[in-house]
Order: sequence, then structure tokens, then C-alpha cells
Amino acid sequence: MISERCAACKNQRRKCPSDCIFSPCFPANDPQKFACVHKIYGGSNVGKMLQGIPTYLREQAANALYLEAKWRIHDPVYGCVGIISSLYEQIQNAEIELAKIQTQITFYKLQTQRVEAEPNSEVLQAQSSNMEQFEWDNPTIASWFN
Amino acid sequence: MVKELPIHQRADAVSSLVYEANARVRDPVYGCVGAISYLQNQVSELQMQLAVAQAEILCIQMQHEPSVAAAIPNPQQIMEFQEQNNNNNELTHHHHHHHQYLNFAASSSNVIHDSLSRETLFGHDMVS
Repeated sequence: MISERCAACKNQRRKCPSDCIFSPCFPANDPQKFACVHKIYGGSNVGKMLQGIPTYLREQAANALYLEAKWRIHDPVYGCVGIISSLYEQIQNAEIELAKIQTQITFYKLQTQRVEAEPNSEVLQAQSSNMEQFEWDNPTIASWFN
Repeated sequence: MVKELPIHQRADAVSSLVYEANARVRDPVYGCVGAISYLQNQVSELQMQLAVAQAEILCIQMQHEPSVAAAIPNPQQIMEFQEQNNNNNELTHHHHHHHQYLNFAASSSNVIHDSLSRETLFGHDMVS
């Protein structure tokens, strides 16, 4: 039984050894993956990069390289850095918006506190006018309190 | 690859390649993709905080008009509605696990097509 070559070895038209560093990361069923990273980074560079990474992380690294290569093909000038810059911009705009709304909330809360304080002062005024009326009606008794 | 670009864009291209290379030195496994994943999380977090704040302010405004308040949904309903709207927007959905950056690839074209002033890109230190 002939075991199938990985996508990298197929692409490079060579034999795929049993300990091929590419085969776990670039399975034969996805030729696009290796084609992309090869176009941007070069197959041998990818191999060197993968060698510096522990085996259990190599597939994740290959996936990340694939994404970066895809974005670079899509945007040859900025690649994934364009996405990073737009994310920063989104974050900035969201922070500004959030600050605005929080300021509004604070403003409303302060207004509410002021409005709640006013009815009390009306009650106090009502009480003092009651006292005046009491003194007028009962001058003798009122004088006991002064 | 850079030689195929028009001359006025080559400096930016090289700068972005340097940025990517540095990101990969700092994080040999995920490189830039790790940074993107982190920033996406931040965006999601902020959008949630925004939704909470917007719901709160709607609540406060409705308290000033009690006759209208009866007909209005409660803050929880407002937030769920806004979350649905946010999910329809460009960037990603907020599942906090490593593979979310793979989902991002599908919607990335929306972000790339937005017209941004990228001249400011390298004017400040974007390395977090």
C-alpha cells in the first residue's frame, strides 16, 4: 500500500518520508494550504520555522502561517497588519463612544439627585409657613417656643 | 514579492513585513494572528460594555417619562436585541477559545475592503 504524500511533498514533487515535518501540518486533502504559505514564505523557510516549535504546537503554527499568507495574498501591501490597524481603530472608536455614554449617564444621575433634593426643600418651606400661621393664631402659646 | 508593487507602496509593504516578522519573533507559534485574536476579544468586550451602557441610558431616559416606560422592553431585552445586531456586524463572534481566529478569515474581507487612512499606521508604536 502506497501511503499518500503530504501536500508539501506533492507540491515539491518529492518523496514524502515517514518523519516528514510537513505531513502533520499540511495534509494531502488541502493543497491550497501549502501553496499559500509556499508562495509567501517559501517552503524551506516554513520548514525551518516549524523546526523551532515543539511538535504539539506545529499544526497551530502552520494554521497561523496559512492565515497570514492568505491575508498577504489578499492585501499585498499591508497583509494582516491592515486588519490589526482597523481593529485598533475600532477599539479606539468604541472607547470614545463608551466614554460619551458614561458621561451622559453620570449627568443624568446627577440631575436625578438634584430633582430628588428639591421636593424636600418644598416640604421645609411648607412647614415653616405652618409655623408662622400658628404664631399668628396663637401669639401667647407661640411665645413659649421662642 | 515587494518588487512587484508600485514604488510608492513599497515602504509600507516592507514596514508591515517587518511588523509581522517581529510579531513572530515574540510569538513563534501564532505571530500576528495571536495579536488579532487578542484585539478581537477586546472589541467584543467593548461592544458588550457599550450595549450595557446604552441599555442603562435608555432606562434612565425612560424613567423621566413614566407614561412611555410601560410600553418599553426591559434592559435585558434591549441588550439581547443589540447583541443580535452586533452579531450581524463585520468582525467576529465571541467564543473564547484558540480557534476563533480561524473563523475570522471568512469575514476578514469585509474589514480589508473598508477604506482606512493607513498612512497613519506606522506613525506610532502599535506593538502591545
